[in-house]
Amino acid sequence: MAAPVTDIASPPDLMPITVRDLIVAYRSTPVLWDIHLDVRPGRLTAIVGPNGAGKSTLLKAILGLVPISSGRVEIFGQPYREARKRVAYVPQRSSVDWDFPTTAIDVVMMGQYGTLGWFRRPGKAERTLAMDCLRQVGMADYADRQISQFSGGQQQRVFLARALAQQADLYIMDEPFAGVDAVTERAIVELLQRLRAEGRTVVVVHHDLQTVPTYFDDVALLNVRLIAAGPVEQAFTADNLGQAYGGRIAFLDAEVTHGLEGKR
Amino acid sequence: MIELFGITFDYTLRNVVFGAAILGIVGGVIGCLAVLRQQSLLSDAVSHAALPGICVAFLATGVRSTPILMAGAAVTGLLGALLVLGLVRSTRLREDAALGIVLSTFFGFGTVLLTRISRTGDADQAGLSSFLFGQAASLVATDVVAMAVLGTITLVVVAVAFKEFKASTFDPGFAASIGLPVTGLSILLTLLIVSAIVIGLQAVGVILMVTVLVAPALAARQWTTDLGRMMILAGFLGGASGITGALLSATVSRLPTGPTIVLIASAIVIVSVLFAPGRGVAWGAAERRRTGRRVRAEWADRAERHQLPGGNDHLAPQSSGRLPAPVAEGSGR
Repeated sequence: MAAPVTDIASPPDLMPITVRDLIVAYRSTPVLWDIHLDVRPGRLTAIVGPNGAGKSTLLKAILGLVPISSGRVEIFGQPYREARKRVAYVPQRSSVDWDFPTTAIDVVMMGQYGTLGWFRRPGKAERTLAMDCLRQVGMADYADRQISQFSGGQQQRVFLARALAQQADLYIMDEPFAGVDAVTERAIVELLQRLRAEGRTVVVVHHDLQTVPTYFDDVALLNVRLIAAGPVEQAFTADNLGQAYGGRIAFLDAEVTHGLEGKR
Repeated sequence: MIELFGITFDYTLRNVVFGAAILGIVGGVIGCLAVLRQQSLLSDAVSHAALPGICVAFLATGVRSTPILMAGAAVTGLLGALLVLGLVRSTRLREDAALGIVLSTFFGFGTVLLTRISRTGDADQAGLSSFLFGQAASLVATDVVAMAVLGTITLVVVAVAFKEFKASTFDPGFAASIGLPVTGLSILLTLLIVSAIVIGLQAVGVILMVTVLVAPALAARQWTTDLGRMMILAGFLGGASGITGALLSATVSRLPTGPTIVLIASAIVIVSVLFAPGRGVAWGAAERRRTGRRVRAEWADRAERHQLPGGNDHLAPQSSGRLPAPVAEGSGR
């Protein structure tokens, strides 16, 4: 199963993510309805929407982690299975047991398990790369620390370092900004910008509407259906937000317009 | 015949000691994964579910041959585990309810069969009732060989797929995203748990077997922060419990081997939970006292400098109008 690592640059015309007519249902209740979405290469895309809008489910459907009721998903023009070595997934920090007996560098080296294949243990090269990834998120000093000792922000940075170790072209992150301290938030923003500068594509489920215009290029507004998607300037309007959040956010108008002025 | 520490290592004791060591080592290593995946109770259900398999295997063949009984135990044990998973997936039963139902139903069925067999007078002759609490003295050399073979296969599988088990246990979503067969690994681990249980059934019995899996893992977790080292330590502690229990029951009269092994393993857990550095209860209490003293000393000092009224005993940081500066990182948990 240990296929050689191929690092072919994608033809520019291939979208990192193409979602067509996607329906996902849990027990006959649709969680995602008729989603049609293109994620453009080399851009930072935010997925926003209220709780229960299906944001995490959309990521999982893209990654083939939940069964799709109908429709299709392509990664760089291929099924996920064939493109997975070009994809790095950062699940929600709260989805794992941080009391697991392992160290930061060990978690980061898991990022290379996909390319190592079965039966091969991570060695010196993997450790060096993992150290470099920890350095990029400011966690090099904590490499051999047990992960249960970390704060929420430090845990998130370890997760991001693991994604970096995958050396992917497409990064899919589920709420990396949730519950992190200001230092980590800045570190993540810098990391996203660095990834974009390197031509990589990043999709982030995001909760803080205020920072959408400053952090992201594109946005997809989701509430079971896809309400709007496109460049922040066009899609992130008070009208669309009202539709996505069901008019519960009259107070948002001021904030959003304010945020957008900074962008324009 | 070898004599050591005044104990005569005759044929029986040699089998018991080797058998107990094997079941302890395999149980300890596999138990680490079971405990970290929160499958301790699943292990208990599997071992209880093994009883009807033993009885059916005996009824079907009419012979008390260890490999046949082991196979029967494995079949119904695995059936029980799959039934739990199936119930959780296809009904709205929660896992604890599914475990409870499967454990009691299978065990009840096993007990009924055991009683039926004993009415015919075969059970005592067959020694089937010894599978309840185990009877190490009944181990013969071929039993020990069978245990060793199965144990070796089990440990080799764990060693070969170590990093895959680690990743899929720690973060199944991520593991699936990099292409690991998470469900397949789950089923494989269930097979390994069944195998570890089957190895120990004859010596420890279906009721107490769960301790052999869970106790060494819990104890080892207290002393180390690395999965590989935890598994090695748990194997060592399990093996040591097995050997010590076997030797104790050989030297003290009327001391059953299986329960003694279980009690020794439990004692190791209690000591580890209380006194292990870092995670132990005593360590935590001492740490709290140290922190308390430090905070108190620090704030008493500040209070004096700011000449708070009321002196040290009435210290309230809020009353100074200066709260302790928030510690930026590592304190947010």
